[in-house]
Amino acid sequence: MATTYNLKRADFIFRNENDWEKILNRTLQRDKTELINELISSELKGRGGAGFPTGLKWKLASESKVQEKFIICNADEGEPGTFKDREILTKVPFKVLSSMAICAYIIGAKQGIIYLRGEYRFLKPDLEKTISEFEYYCNEINFDFKIKIFMGSGAYICGEETALFESMEGKRGEPRNKPPFPTNAGYMDKPTVINNVETLAHTFTIFKYGATKFYDLGVQFSRGTKLFSVSGDTPKPGIYELELGMSLQDFVDEFGDGDTKAVQVGGASGFLVPRKRFGETAIGFRGKLTGISLPTGGSMMLFNSSRSMFNVLDNYLEFFREESCGQCTPCRVGCQQLLIGIKAVKQGSKPASYLDKLLKLTETMQYTAKCGLGQSVANSFSSIVENFREEMIY
Amino acid sequence: MSKKINITINGVVYEVEPGLTILEAAQNAGINIPTLCYHKDLCVAGNCRVCVVEIAGQKRLAASCATPCQENMEVLTNTLKVRNSRKHIIELLLSEHNADCTKCYKNGNCELQELAAEYKIMSQDLIDLVPYKDYTIDMFSPSIIKDDSRCIRCQRCVRTCAELQGVNALTVAYKGDKMKISTFFENSMNDVVCTTCGQCVNHCPTGALIEKNYIEDAWEAISDPEKHVIVQTAPAVRVGLGEEMGFEPGESVTGKMVAALKNLGFDSVLDTDFTADLTIMEEGTELLTRLKKALVDKDINIKLPMATSCSPGWIKYIEHMYPEYLGNLSTCKSPQQMFGALAKTYYAKARKLDPDKIVSVSVMPCTAKKFEANRPEMHDSGYRDVDIVLTTRELAIMIKQAGIDFRKLPEKKFDRLMGDSSGAAVIFGATGGVMEAALRTAYEIVTGREVPFDNLDILPVRGLEGVREASIKIEKPLENWAFLDGVELKCAVAHGLVNAKKVMDAVKEKKADYHFIEIMACPGGCLGGGGQPIPTNPEIREKRTKAIYEEDKNLSIRKSHENPEVIKIYKDFLGEPLGKKSHELLHTKYVARNRY
Repeated sequence: MATTYNLKRADFIFRNENDWEKILNRTLQRDKTELINELISSELKGRGGAGFPTGLKWKLASESKVQEKFIICNADEGEPGTFKDREILTKVPFKVLSSMAICAYIIGAKQGIIYLRGEYRFLKPDLEKTISEFEYYCNEINFDFKIKIFMGSGAYICGEETALFESMEGKRGEPRNKPPFPTNAGYMDKPTVINNVETLAHTFTIFKYGATKFYDLGVQFSRGTKLFSVSGDTPKPGIYELELGMSLQDFVDEFGDGDTKAVQVGGASGFLVPRKRFGETAIGFRGKLTGISLPTGGSMMLFNSSRSMFNVLDNYLEFFREESCGQCTPCRVGCQQLLIGIKAVKQGSKPASYLDKLLKLTETMQYTAKCGLGQSVANSFSSIVENFREEMIY
Repeated sequence: MSKKINITINGVVYEVEPGLTILEAAQNAGINIPTLCYHKDLCVAGNCRVCVVEIAGQKRLAASCATPCQENMEVLTNTLKVRNSRKHIIELLLSEHNADCTKCYKNGNCELQELAAEYKIMSQDLIDLVPYKDYTIDMFSPSIIKDDSRCIRCQRCVRTCAELQGVNALTVAYKGDKMKISTFFENSMNDVVCTTCGQCVNHCPTGALIEKNYIEDAWEAISDPEKHVIVQTAPAVRVGLGEEMGFEPGESVTGKMVAALKNLGFDSVLDTDFTADLTIMEEGTELLTRLKKALVDKDINIKLPMATSCSPGWIKYIEHMYPEYLGNLSTCKSPQQMFGALAKTYYAKARKLDPDKIVSVSVMPCTAKKFEANRPEMHDSGYRDVDIVLTTRELAIMIKQAGIDFRKLPEKKFDRLMGDSSGAAVIFGATGGVMEAALRTAYEIVTGREVPFDNLDILPVRGLEGVREASIKIEKPLENWAFLDGVELKCAVAHGLVNAKKVMDAVKEKKADYHFIEIMACPGGCLGGGGQPIPTNPEIREKRTKAIYEEDKNLSIRKSHENPEVIKIYKDFLGEPLGKKSHELLHTKYVARNRY
């Protein structure tokens, strides 16, 4: 039955004990299967938003017999309201690089690549310096591994892993058909592990402290901690490391301004939770608290009663209309229809019942869009329209 | 052989080859799944999403064209969810599409229109997005019109231009709602590397890419009593036209086509095959002359391999992509242009007509021929040599407009004077045909004997592989050609410009020492041309190919130099191949073009 989980702060990611060389060296001595099993038993799930089990991903890639493989760090942090990866790469880049090296060791890769968001160009010089230091150390311990940075060009869709590969291959950033999945055929059609920056930072924690320590944090199905990018109507915006599984009510109690009307969990592609649902909503991957459980890439946007939810949705849809890659019909045309549609309802040129037609449309987008972008537009749309219908109309 | 897998479609278990997609498995089982971005000639894109199906256990639908069959997969192709989604997707496409069908050239032959009819999209709930768009129509190319308002962004044209032609004139630009199919710097199709081959037109499911049609110009000329309107028909038209008239692919309709053209009111119905034979005389002689200069005179200015010059798409391609090899092109005009130049000189003289009053029309399987006729070089008769170029499709439209019952037409013969042809000319329509025709004649000129192949069928140059190589050893040549004794004449044949690139790169990197190469811009040669009936696919092209070789087999004269009209024109008018008159009328030069 339901247990109440309180908001618990943690400090793993940014705690810097300058011991990465020791941890890396120690881990690279260990048996590969043992490492994979440790990662699997930690139940770490991808922190980019999709929540795929990290251990399984590494295992699948390690099983491929193909000679050339890649480990890619996805630093194309583009979800509106997310700014944690930047901080990790600034403050504890060695953790990320070490985890990439460990992954390379396990799956048998010699090349790591950081796909850095175009807008993060200012991070590049420092990161390059860090990489050369890191490579120097790898060389010293006779570990053959190189890391390079690939600069994105500002398209949101390139955070989608297969669009990211296309972009790296010099093509248009358009998601591929799946299967094949990256662990079979990713970058240059070679087996590829692609992990979010934060995921890699967590694997460092796991290899440092052991899986149990990580597993003991959080709740069932949602183990460990997570970085949250807190923004919006809050007296204390910023980045916070919290244990997964907390209730949204606890979160709002801590970060709200006393007048929180709704929270957008997971950025523009996430869900909007209205005040009446705070208590029953848990932040985690699966498993019920008393109501729903929401996975997230870590973006938490708080809105107080001064905000028009129509404007919020309008803003998200404008974002999606522009950031859809444009190749598949449901996403390209769907986003345009949703945006023009809510405006038409607001202006009265379409009846309120048109919102229901649009909700049906988001269902089709969810079922038929080629990638996560088009599929998840339904999330914010339906949660905002269903909970704040009157704000859409009047 | 790898193990077959079991897949259930709509409750029935099928055993399928591994690697097959759900769409292919369904098609094999006779289950229709609608498609738009899918095309048999092209790689899978999976972007229109109209082919979605339900897979048991999955909440999301799968694009059947892009999803491989898996063991024990349960597929449902006709559930409420599937139908609603497909309908929704068609509605979405229509909302972004200028669906003013009655004013569209492709009205009646549009895949989106067909789907809208099939799914009975009776009302439009969604908001019409067209007024919000800044759509443009590019009419600057003499061959192709690109109307963005009719585009559904399936990217079939982009894949065609890249995969079949290796040209990449069309590509995707921008993203999101602004995503569109565009060109380098959004220039007009006329100002980029577009070869005007028209394969994009052939592969476009809607009216976004169409040929520039000259139907009204043709009607106007025919109706003008002052004008003497002659028409020439290319070899590939006769094996394609039937498809537009309700015949199965692969049925040759030469006699009916001639009858129809006479019915339409053309004053004289003639055959491009005649000048195809003439091309062989000129080009074959040119090849032998080049070989002589290169091998005997050791003239270093002679360029080998010599490349054919019949395909205007290929000509524009080499002008853009390999301008340093223009000297390798045969200087012969294409059969269409030879015909045009002779129509207003030789034909006019023989018929005692004022060339100014002659309107020279051609029916071609090709959109690039429109561009070719428009070239400034093509005025050697003192007039524009070919006035109006129609595609096979345009001719079909005219026949339908004229109310002709094509099926019931009696078969008729081409008019005389430039209406006779050999089998060698007919096979110009298929990839390898020019090569075969040239070898039949050149070998005989050199040795005095027929080519050493059964029934004159030079099988090694036939077929639909992208690049084919062949060689013929010359033995016991006639005295004049003694220098060729023992020489192995090396040839290559390529069709589809992506294959032309392979051959040209091999030549460039000196990996191949060909003497003679035949290149046709379109897959399958002219029979798969950009002006041929839509749809096109490998099976259809194979059937047309068969029909072409069948025509050749049934003709009594199968060698160009035996065409009596060809013999006559050299005697009465031209003198000899590569002679002065030939140079004036039948040969041309090329211009180097930029890549951008």
